[in-house]
Amino acid sequence: MTSLTSQVINLFASVLLLIAFAMLSQRRIVTLINLFALQGLALVGSTVTVAWATGQHHLYWSAGITFVLKVVALPLILHRLIRRLNVKWDIETLINIPTMMLVGIVLVVFAFNLALPISEFSNSIARGTLGIALACVLMAFLMMITRSKAVPQVIGFLAMENGLFFAATSATYGMPMVVELGIALDVLVGMIILGVFMFQIREQFDSLDIHHLEKLKED
Amino acid sequence: MEAFVVLLAIPLLGAPALWLLGDREIAPEVNAAFSLATFAASAWLTAEVISGGPITAWNEQFFVDALNVFLVALTAFVGFTTSLFSRPYMRIEREKGKMTGPRLRLYHSMYQAFMFTMLAALTTNNLGILWVAMEAATLATVLLVSVYRTAASLEAAWKYFILCGVGIAQALFGTILLYFAAERVLGAEGNALLWTHLNLVKGDLEPAIMSLAFVFLLVGYGTKVGLVPLHNWLPDAHAEGPTPISAVLSGLLLNVALYSVLRCKVLADGALDSRFASNMMMGFGLLSVVVAAFFLSRQRDVKRMFAYSSIEHMGLITFAFGMGGPIANFAGLLHMTVHSLVKSAIFFAVGHAAQKAGTQVMEDIRGLMKVSPTVGWGLMIGTLAILGMPPFGVFASEFLILTTAMREHPWATPFLLLALGVAFAAVFSRVQPMVFGDTHMQPLAHQPALVPVFVHLGLGLLLGLYIPPYLAAWYAEAARLLG
Repeated sequence: MTSLTSQVINLFASVLLLIAFAMLSQRRIVTLINLFALQGLALVGSTVTVAWATGQHHLYWSAGITFVLKVVALPLILHRLIRRLNVKWDIETLINIPTMMLVGIVLVVFAFNLALPISEFSNSIARGTLGIALACVLMAFLMMITRSKAVPQVIGFLAMENGLFFAATSATYGMPMVVELGIALDVLVGMIILGVFMFQIREQFDSLDIHHLEKLKED
Repeated sequence: MEAFVVLLAIPLLGAPALWLLGDREIAPEVNAAFSLATFAASAWLTAEVISGGPITAWNEQFFVDALNVFLVALTAFVGFTTSLFSRPYMRIEREKGKMTGPRLRLYHSMYQAFMFTMLAALTTNNLGILWVAMEAATLATVLLVSVYRTAASLEAAWKYFILCGVGIAQALFGTILLYFAAERVLGAEGNALLWTHLNLVKGDLEPAIMSLAFVFLLVGYGTKVGLVPLHNWLPDAHAEGPTPISAVLSGLLLNVALYSVLRCKVLADGALDSRFASNMMMGFGLLSVVVAAFFLSRQRDVKRMFAYSSIEHMGLITFAFGMGGPIANFAGLLHMTVHSLVKSAIFFAVGHAAQKAGTQVMEDIRGLMKVSPTVGWGLMIGTLAILGMPPFGVFASEFLILTTAMREHPWATPFLLLALGVAFAAVFSRVQPMVFGDTHMQPLAHQPALVPVFVHLGLGLLLGLYIPPYLAAWYAEAARLLG
């Protein structure tokens, strides 16, 4: 049974990584939000599996919070936001998707190497997943660097949070409950503030292109 | 225990209270009253710690010892004086049309929220809560940085949010790794993230995990400290936000972020036999000092220049704690205190100077001494103090840091001396014509609040001439905790 659950967790982990690659190359904002929701769902799946296999009851709670926050609330807020901002069908011109994929692969290799000495200490059922979690974080980071529109940058930010959450469940069976609640609250408040912020940016610049926000240079 | 509840409850209640109060005439006074009450509570807590030793509260979730109690007192004190300064400052901004009723409501309410998050970060014993509070501190201030809604302030706030958000995400990964290491020793109960418990078993934490965890924690919290090369958000956020916010960001938030690094360093030092954590802090610190010193001379905006000066000083403090040992730690703590006092005083003076001139560009601010001598003297004395002239406290701490560096790490001394010299030349040559010389500036519509400036500078002077014995004992005890 243990090998089966660990296979299931590894399956969810690879789904997470696959979605991270898909997000890296996705140009449509709507699809990006759906991918983010899907990634949240994979996260819930893996958390529930870990909870069931280890009997850690508080993990059911954190799976519940993740579901409400990342599969329902945040995608809804984002969908509303892009509808109100009229950027729903925006397509970003990404240069060089193949290069991005290659950089992504390099990041995955790097993350696995970095996590290798640590994974050995893990007595958790999901040993190789710390590397995948770190890879998801780094790829979200790459996405934030390469995107020039505000909404995809924010989705990159949230995807990074997904990777971190996955690291917490896979390496340590989740953080203490009070910390998880605090993190969830921070993410939600941060999202609301970003929403307010995007309206301010558009009011000022008539666009959500981050290139407008590169005036403050060292002179 | 009661002191804790009061200390954290006052600003936590203050935020919604000021939001409900809205744009009343009395709101600035209420803000100052809440800050005064917080300061009184911090004095109470300090008295309890001095007489009775370290205290824990709420199932050990909160904890105060010699290291954080002095930062709590400092934070509450500067929070109070800044709220006094902001009363006339914000009234003038409002009459100029830069602040409106709703913006002032947001400002007052978020000011208290920000104080709460910083005090929570300082007093918590749980490293997870520490992370949550640090992130919340960013969230509380991000809308204040963009409060003027200009293109530049929106850009600054966006940068602040994204860079600090990404940075602090690294710190969360570090915290997860730390928990991973702790869980193997302390078990998977709730107390595996409590600093006091971790401190007892720090020798048993797995070194391979701890070294990686410390790298992530240093990079994460280091972003908020403003360590080079993670400092890009800092000058923008300081220059574009309202001046009271620049003062508390520079004087308080950077200290709190550095405090988080210090708590993690104590654990990493215990787990690793090598000087790995210390060397990393020395490296980042020295790089920040040198790079910031050279950027100082290229600035045209006065608040931007003093923001780079903050990066320089935080780098110096990080370097001091990296060297470690009783003297360097003592100097680092003293420098944290005087930097916080003097830099906020400078921002107060600069804020009024910029209001008089109607610009933050240094070339257009001239002859402060003629229009209002108090602002001029405040800026001049503050500048001399921050540049490390004797007899101010900054001189004392920089002297201790430099002599320790000469004795233990002689290779670093030329870099430090060069950076301090470059910084002196750059800042003094800019400030001197701003203070003296001819002018066309008009006096301000309202009497500026300059008492905080001179109180801060007086304290900075006092700490340079004479450190009271109980304060010295306090620093020595905190320095001992840091190892």
